[in-house]
Order: sequence, then C-alpha cells, then structure tokens
Amino acid sequence: MPELMQFLLSGATVGAVYALVALGFTIVYNASNVVNFAQGEFVMLGGMITVFAFQAGLPLPLAVLIAILAAAVIGVGFNKLTIEVARGAPVVSLIIITVGASIFIQGVAQVVFDKQLHRFPSFSGDDPIRILGATILPQSLWVIVGAIVVFIGLWAFFTRTLVGRAVLATSNNRIAAQLVGINTTFIMAFSFGLSAAIGALAGVLITPITLTSYQVGISLALKGFAAAMLGGMGNPMGALVGGILLGLLESLTAGYISSQYKDAVAFIVILTVLFAFPQGLFGRSSMERV
Amino acid sequence: MQRTIISATLASVISFGLTGIAAADIKIGATVSETGPASFLGDPEAKTLKLLVEQINAAGGVKGEKIKLFLYDDGGDPNKARTFATRLVEDDGVVAIIGGTTTGTSMAVMPVAEEARLPFISLAGAIEIIDPVRPNTFKTPHTDRMACEKIFDDMKKRGLTRIGMISGTDGFGASMRAQCLDVASKYGITIVAEETYGPKDADMTPQLTNIRSKSDVQAIINPGFGQGPAIVTRNYAQLGIALPLYQSHGVASNGFIELAGAKAAEGIRLPGTALLVGEMLPESDAQRLVVMAYKTSFEKATGTPVSTFGGYAHDAMRILVDALNRATSMKPAAVRDAIEKTSGLVGTTGTVTMSAKDHLGLDLGSFRMLEIRNGSWKLVN
Repeated sequence: MPELMQFLLSGATVGAVYALVALGFTIVYNASNVVNFAQGEFVMLGGMITVFAFQAGLPLPLAVLIAILAAAVIGVGFNKLTIEVARGAPVVSLIIITVGASIFIQGVAQVVFDKQLHRFPSFSGDDPIRILGATILPQSLWVIVGAIVVFIGLWAFFTRTLVGRAVLATSNNRIAAQLVGINTTFIMAFSFGLSAAIGALAGVLITPITLTSYQVGISLALKGFAAAMLGGMGNPMGALVGGILLGLLESLTAGYISSQYKDAVAFIVILTVLFAFPQGLFGRSSMERV
Repeated sequence: MQRTIISATLASVISFGLTGIAAADIKIGATVSETGPASFLGDPEAKTLKLLVEQINAAGGVKGEKIKLFLYDDGGDPNKARTFATRLVEDDGVVAIIGGTTTGTSMAVMPVAEEARLPFISLAGAIEIIDPVRPNTFKTPHTDRMACEKIFDDMKKRGLTRIGMISGTDGFGASMRAQCLDVASKYGITIVAEETYGPKDADMTPQLTNIRSKSDVQAIINPGFGQGPAIVTRNYAQLGIALPLYQSHGVASNGFIELAGAKAAEGIRLPGTALLVGEMLPESDAQRLVVMAYKTSFEKATGTPVSTFGGYAHDAMRILVDALNRATSMKPAAVRDAIEKTSGLVGTTGTVTMSAKDHLGLDLGSFRMLEIRNGSWKLVN
C-alpha cells in the first residue's frame, strides 16, 4: 500500500509539472489555432531569470516577479517580431516559425546565462510530508496548487470575461471579430504575453524539483504538448487532466511494469486515446462555418 | 618524475639558441562541444585549451616555436565533429587533434585521425575509445569500467555485496551500467534490483521505492550524468532511504552538491579526480602541485570553478606538449611515438604512463574515493 501511494504521489508531482506546461499552450492556441512550440522556452526563461536574479542578491519573491514580467514582455515581442509579421501565413507555417523561435531563444539563453544546471531553494523547505507511508515534498504541493489555480483562472477568463471571449472570437474568425469591434492585434499580443507569463510561472514553480538549464524547454514543451493533446488542445480542463494522467501513467508503469517502458506505455495510451477521441478527452470538434 | 612547463621552456630556449632557425608555428587542432547538450563539459575544455596555449606561448612555446590552436565547436554533433576533424587534417594541417568531448564525437573523429595517421587524444569516458587499442588514438579520462571497479572495491571494503542499481538511459548512464554489470561478479557483488530513468525525468521516487522494497539490498549505485543523479539524490533523501548511495565520476563537481542540496547529498560517495580535493591532498602527493597550479590559473582567468572535465583537456594538452618536447621531429608519426612513451606524467586525473598496449595510462589508484560531508568533499582512504 505505501508503494502504491508513493507511485500516486510521484505521478501527481510529475503530472502537475506537465499540466502547468500544457496550460500555457491553451491561450495562444485559442487565439490563433497555433501550437506554440516556443512555450517550453518561456518555462525555461521563468526558471533561468529567477535563478540569476536570485543569485544577484534579490529576494526570491522579487526575482520571481521579475522573471514572470520579463517573460511576458518577451512573449509580446515574440508575437510582434514573428507571428504578427507572418500574419497571412497558414497555421502550419506559423507553427514552424514558433519552432524556429524556440531554437533562437535557446541560443540566446546559453549566451546570456550559461550552460550549467541551476536550481533555487524550495519555497517551503525540503522536509518531506508523510501521507499513508509515502512522502511528498512541499514544493510538489506548490506545483499542484499552482496548476489548479492557473486552471481555474483560465477557465474563468475564457467563460466569464469579455477579453477571454474576444480571444475565442479571434480564433473562430479573425475578420468577423474585427467587424464586431475586437482589436485582434491587441488580442494576439495579449495572448502571447499571458501565455508566456503562465509558462514562466510554471518554470518558477517546477525549478526546485526538475532543475533548469538553457535547454530544458524543448523536452518540457514536448511532454506538455502530449498532455495537452491527450486532454484536448485549447481546453484548460483538458490540459490539467491530460497532464496529471500522463504523470500517473508514467509513474505507475515505472512502479509496476518497468521503468524501461515508462515513456513507451504512456505514449501507447495517448495514441489509443487519440484513435478513439481524435480531439482529445475534452477537446471540442472543429466547426467550419459556411 | 614531473615534467614542468619550466623545463620545457628551458629546453626550447636552448634549442632555439643553438639552431637559430626562424620559428614556424606548431599547429594543434581541437574539436570540442562548446555548445549543445554536452556544453557543460565542452565549455571548460575549450577555455582550458585556450588558457594553456596562452601560458605555453607566453613561456616561450615548445622548442622555441609558438603553438597555434585551431579550435572548433562541434555542438556535440558527431557529424560536425567528423567534418571538423577532416578540416583539421586537410586544410589546417595540424600535427595532432585533441577533443571529442563525448564518446559519440570521439568515435566520429577517430577514423579520420587513424586514416591520416595523426595522433588523437580524446576527452571522453567510454572504454571503447582505447579498447581495442588503435595506433593513433589516446584518451585522458578514466573509463567508466574503472569507476565501477573503484566503487565496487569500496563497497567490498564496507561489506556491502547485495546492491540496487538505478541508471540513466543516456549514453553515459547506459555505458557505465553495462560495465558495472560486467565487473560486478569479479568483486563478489550481486545486483539484486535494477531500475532506469530518462535523462530529463523529474521524479525517480517510484524506481527508488522499488529498490528499497527488496529486503536484502545493502547499497545503491547510480550511474548517470547531468540532472538525473541530482534528482535521484533528492528523491533518496525525500524517501528517507538509509542505504549508502554511490554516484559516478560523471557528477564529480561542486555543482552537483549545490543541485542536490548539501543535506540530501550528505554521506554520498563517488570516485573523482584529485582536482576536486586539491587543497586536501598531503604536501607529499605528486598531484598536488599540478592540480593547484591548474586550479588557480583557471579560476583566475575564467572566474568559474574548475571542473573535472576541464582537467581532462588540461591533461591532454600536457601529454601532447610533453610528447612534442621529446619527439624526434614535428611529424605526426614521431609525435605519436612520443605520446605512446609518455611516462610518469603527472596530470589532474592521475599519473600517466602509457605503453603500446595502454593508451590511457591510468590505474585505479589515480581515482580518489570521495565522500560528501557538510556540503564539501572528503577523501576516503
């Protein structure tokens, strides 16, 4: 029994990490149907900027704030310099542009920061919390709570606020959205800024657990992307559930079958789910208006 | 025993004075992974090579001739490493090649160097590079097999014979895992539980839980590299596992203690080079002088702490310069012969004595068993 409990807690920890990254994909996808593969780089920037601001002597909360704001600014600039310039291009081209931008951000990060692994102290110490014979670190709770808070925030944003609905409208039909008075240029800039900020927040929360370096972005983005696909791209609920599910799948496979097949089993399950529900567990099927 | 740069300089000044021939540069080539996934190894290596060449040239060069370093960054890509090796041979006309930060890039450079009959000193760990021995290929780091042997030797001394192994699935972890499995029986060690993890995994508590649940496990060994071992160490502390934990030489750096946290890393043992414990070596230790000289000059020039990996580059350059001083001519074949006759050269990894059958030249004694105590290293005897 303590074994199962440990596997579940480990799965929840890793799953919350994936969920936080997956949630970052939601906003940009909802505004433009673009899967932003540079999302992982914002996670990396959140962690790295915090590390360097903290090392420079700033108190941790201030370093965190600077990291999130800086990432948001970079996100807006990213949109201005790439997506906005290529506005008329098909979605596939835009996705490829985000891949290119992510390589660029990584390259700049290794020059501006360095090539070493880094970490900063956990927010509430490193004394494990015991639950039914298993243990979890306080930082994992921060990540889990962070994922849930971001999820609730996004859900409220898309269903309860005018801006959130304007984002959805922009994705549905940009020209129609413009015609009803939505400033789509602003909406796009805003979406990138917000999703970069969420990515950076994810980076801040997970760095004490996963460590960070200039190259963590891509692998995190891939896991986050897999989680988002599993849950349904664009749906905050899907990102949360998809992330946790992926984490649990990995840890239970590592625990009960073999750690060798951890990733393979997880991806077989994802493939199976996508065969049955091509839109993911909570995805909405796309509609074409005539 | 110890050949210092001063004696090299002296020799060079004399020969220069006698012959009085206008000096042509000695061209040395290098391809290391300054960027890319192995950059935390390649970066200190590149800095070390540049620093040493500067120092040697400032002291008068080799036999009165200045060294010219052709340094390329292969980004950890074996294809690029091969291309650069070809360029070094064909365009730059170097006399020897240092490099191959990783086993992958080294194995790519090797055929080029062998075909051109150019001495090649690799900075990578795997035993495949020098076993079987190829005429022109040498290397400086200890092999992963030696790391396993050093660890098992220490386990045997402590009476630990039934162990669990958790290894990374990256190249380094997989290679060392295979070597450890291979030599375990020689030391009477039985591996009763075996787990793996991906190099980017964020949590290894399920694997460690499984190892712990085997009732007769007496110790845990973690062949791995990069962030994995730091996370394993943190998870090991989180689960409150009381068994002795052994890490590999792949994480022998102060950065590891920082990442894992001094509290979690308390009591961990790993085989490392003298470079990490330079200040703690007794005055009588042959390596002390070399290690401290390199440490001081590297830290002064770069502002960053020395790492084992920069030490590998340091040793490669010193072996090469020592050979250049002894070589009968500046032809690659003569330099190769001189490298093979390296004897008693004190480097940061150990005292190197090569032969036609041994292109590494280090023994187990040159590995130091280190233990982490209160956030710093302690020598275990």
